[in-house]
Amino acid sequence: MNPSVAALRTTFGSAIGRALDVRGDTIVYVQRERLPEVMRWLRDAPGHEYHYLVDVTAVEYRDRERQLEVVYFLRALHRQADLRVKVELDPAGDLTVDSIVSLWAGADWLEREVYDMFGITFRGHPDLRRILMWETYNEGYPLRKDFPLRGRFSRSEQVRQALNISPEANYSMEELSIADASDDLPADMRERLRKGERGRVQESE
Amino acid sequence: MSKRTVELELATPGLDAQGAPTRVPLALAPEAEPDLGGEHLLVNLGPQHPATHGVLRLVVELDGETVVRVIPHIGYLHSGFEKLGEYRHYNQIIPLTDRTDYLSPMANNVGVAMAAEKLMGIEITPRCTVLRVIACEMSRIISHMVWLGTTSIDLGAFTPFLWAFQERERIYNLQEMWTGARLTTSVTRVGGMMADIPDGFVEQLREFTRTYPKTLDEIDHVLTRNAVWAGRTQGVGVLTREAAINLSLSGPMLRASGVAYDLRKDKPYLGYETYDFDVPVGEHGDVYDRYLVRLEECYQSNRILAQAVERLPAGPINVDDPRVILPPKSRAMSDMEAMIYHFKQVMEGVKAPVGEAYVGIENPKGELGNYFVSDGTAKPVRWRIRPPSFINLASIARMAEGRLLSDLIAINASVDIVMGEIDR
Repeated sequence: MNPSVAALRTTFGSAIGRALDVRGDTIVYVQRERLPEVMRWLRDAPGHEYHYLVDVTAVEYRDRERQLEVVYFLRALHRQADLRVKVELDPAGDLTVDSIVSLWAGADWLEREVYDMFGITFRGHPDLRRILMWETYNEGYPLRKDFPLRGRFSRSEQVRQALNISPEANYSMEELSIADASDDLPADMRERLRKGERGRVQESE
Repeated sequence: MSKRTVELELATPGLDAQGAPTRVPLALAPEAEPDLGGEHLLVNLGPQHPATHGVLRLVVELDGETVVRVIPHIGYLHSGFEKLGEYRHYNQIIPLTDRTDYLSPMANNVGVAMAAEKLMGIEITPRCTVLRVIACEMSRIISHMVWLGTTSIDLGAFTPFLWAFQERERIYNLQEMWTGARLTTSVTRVGGMMADIPDGFVEQLREFTRTYPKTLDEIDHVLTRNAVWAGRTQGVGVLTREAAINLSLSGPMLRASGVAYDLRKDKPYLGYETYDFDVPVGEHGDVYDRYLVRLEECYQSNRILAQAVERLPAGPINVDDPRVILPPKSRAMSDMEAMIYHFKQVMEGVKAPVGEAYVGIENPKGELGNYFVSDGTAKPVRWRIRPPSFINLASIARMAEGRLLSDLIAINASVDIVMGEIDR
């Protein structure tokens, strides 16, 4: 068992849940509300110094009773120590965790991917948008267990949506506001953007 | 539309009032040039731009030639491999990994097999260990060769591209000998290998390790002290040591910034601690150092290959456990017990105990992690790939902003991305 777990317990008390030793790796569960301060402590506390964030991901179990987990892989490069921190979320409840981008810049895209694939919101993330799926994707969150393997829509419906999508869906409003590029757009497109109808699928007749 | 007569004030050819010859203007008098001062430009690079190495799309805000902002868009090649993995047996996942980082398929096969073996608690045989080292190092060489070739093309040098791809072709021939496929190798199985190396493989590999450094020397000769190459790469895309760690970079990107961290040395697997090789580390963290690190890694991989080929032990390639390894077809057809094992493995798959396992290996692009969570069935609950080039690419905005547009191409090339892995 990684000695950081005992140190965590003395520092944070009840915020630290159970700790497991699975095949030589230490896993420690942390209360969702205390996550940012626990992570900050793990990164900065002398003798622990997990400076390197290996990965952020989430796990949903097939067992409906089990909680959804957000998993953080931490590593102290200089002493080859790994620690896996987990936060449990109720899949039926509020899927929100505090973002750790302010601690590790590398968490930016990783958290976006978890948001994209699982629908978990990271509070305080500077730019929480879908990353692998397109921004107007509206079938849900692909890696959730209630998402069917072949997607929710039929192939023909997916093709129809792809063909009918308005061209401005390829640029975000923020990107179009660069320079005065938006002045060069056709009037109808500018009108749709102004009304916030970005990427809306037009009904086929 | 009504016909419009355009009145052009063209001077007739001939002589003017003073008797001097007049000339017909070749074009209309130019309009006053619009004032472009201070206006930013939106440039869309990709998703089909040759310098983006795949279907990467960058929306770039330019002030003149200076990059103000880079907004990367990825996902054009998203295939849902992680989702597919949840519906497959552990051995059936291996073909999916060929298609993630398709420039180093064998190393991906090794990574996923090692994670499944850690989950199931399987110890592989000595011969299999050395074969996997050969697979990983061959992958590193071909991946770095593609990187070198495409990057040199991006920066205007065509010749190294041809040399690099010729060497890659030789490794591809070896891969074809071994697995029957050049790209989609699927060379590992949980607990062993798909096949042993064929006759003549060792001799060809030995020949390769003998002649390969000559090509590297030539590339080194052409590029390393080339003024254009150095000018385009030195001081470009600098990331400090602290920034590289904070951005979770791995592989040559991390080492070029001066962090001596290589999983083969620091968390040895497959017996890497018994091989004699060095880990090159840069000091400036710029594109040039990334080039130097990758070039030196090719020499070191060649050293490892030369050692591995000499020490290759005899013996079985698969563990002696009929629950994980398929019996030979001849026995499955004649022996009742072998047939039952064959049937159970094909129909039900290999069951993994409840739990989870993460294995990170040093892939050519960085730390490739495979994370399996099992609930005791033959299919994982979750298969997560830690994609090294996805995480490395996330730093592109920080490296390119404030630089010239032409530097953005060099920086993007230096990340060594492969979209199959980024989009998965």
